[in-house]
Amino acid sequence: MRKHLTPRNLAIAAVLGAVAGFAAFWIVTIPATVSAAALPPYTPNLANGKTMFNVGGCSSCHAVPDKDPAKVDRTRLGGGLVLPCPFGTFTVPNISPDLVDGIGNWSEADFVTALWDGTAPNGTHLYPAFPYGSYRHMALADVRDLFAYIKTLPPVAGKPAGHDLEFPFNIRRLLGGWKLLYLTGGRFVPDPAKSAQWNRGAYLVGGPGHCAECHSPRNFLGGIVESERFAGGPAPDGKGWVPNITPTGLGNWGDDHIAWREKDIASFLDDGMNPAGDYAGGAMAEVIQNTSLLGAEDRAAIANYIFTLPPRQGPAPPPKKR
Amino acid sequence: MIRAVFAIAAIVLGLSVALAQEDPIKARKALMKANGDAAKVLADMSKGDKPYDQAAVNKAFATFQDAAAKMPSLYPDNTKDGDPGDQFNASPKVWQNMADFKARFVKFGDDAKSTGATVKDVDSLKAALGPFGKNNCGGCHETYRVKKG
Repeated sequence: MRKHLTPRNLAIAAVLGAVAGFAAFWIVTIPATVSAAALPPYTPNLANGKTMFNVGGCSSCHAVPDKDPAKVDRTRLGGGLVLPCPFGTFTVPNISPDLVDGIGNWSEADFVTALWDGTAPNGTHLYPAFPYGSYRHMALADVRDLFAYIKTLPPVAGKPAGHDLEFPFNIRRLLGGWKLLYLTGGRFVPDPAKSAQWNRGAYLVGGPGHCAECHSPRNFLGGIVESERFAGGPAPDGKGWVPNITPTGLGNWGDDHIAWREKDIASFLDDGMNPAGDYAGGAMAEVIQNTSLLGAEDRAAIANYIFTLPPRQGPAPPPKKR
Repeated sequence: MIRAVFAIAAIVLGLSVALAQEDPIKARKALMKANGDAAKVLADMSKGDKPYDQAAVNKAFATFQDAAAKMPSLYPDNTKDGDPGDQFNASPKVWQNMADFKARFVKFGDDAKSTGATVKDVDSLKAALGPFGKNNCGGCHETYRVKKG
């Protein structure tokens, strides 16, 4: 037996092990796709596509940025916004219908694949800064309506610069491992024990609205900490704190310890004023720009779902220095 | 007697001016807090939580006008860092676009005056408050207020 453990045999075993490991890694990290054959004939509903566009907050990242947010045209999706994060810097791509620089050449299956599986038409993984972890819960009809609506928007020329990420986060294939860990669940499944309004809210919040993407803490790999979903955490760009929107946070708000009511959430999503009389700024102000364009019944549904979230304690924000 | 009153008034006035100059950060925070409190008074009535009160409405819109008049001078160059430990601060954009920033306060004051004049009952308050707040408060916070990190 002993003579089998020669250095030469050990080296061969190590190489074989590495090859097998790499093959296994390669197989489990193959980017998933949706084939065109999976899409039955369909006539898109452009009005619903616009609703999905507004809930989804596409403009907040993909609209061509301007020094003055009031001058940003929501319909010009040329990208270019720079998003700093702990792993480096993302530059938002052009998703206008431009044939060369945007997604004008994408098939409908390409678009569904990007939203559901986070895979680009060239077969590589997309970074989850594009919140496909939430969009994958969207219903097929809603994704197709959204695609049809985006196709009606003006093409914008110009390709923004690529992302600038640190090693090893610049290796896209590794995202296959991230997806194995954190890309969970499929299309939204309604809870028959709950009201239609609650289910609509759960769908909008968890799917297109992707609220948890910012309102949850993340671990060192950038995955959402499931036990603290919606319980707030450091802002993705490292500046400030995103609040806990479970009853633990909304029930005891700010210096005055105000308790939000369901109708306060709905009116906040319309006009941006919280029950303390303060107006949202920064990233949430951009969200309000989107949610204020929704129908009142959709805002009420979101409020109904958020208001009934289970209370969860999130990470503690940094103490106030005084 | 009259002279004494004037003297005291002058001292009080001078003192408050001096205090304001001494700590513009505290002064602008206090004005913003007053704005928030006034907005809450209006929202409570608009949401039906409190009965409509014309005097309180007038007072709230007067608070906005007062703040709009005082705020623009409270952002000298040496106050860019704000107070330590605060959740929010003025964005560096305030000093980059000071002309626009000041113009927004002029508009805020004008809007507070004209909008306040249209509010006569709950329905006119409901109609006015949303657009007024979105355009003036929300729009300005989006550009010029940042979370400290």
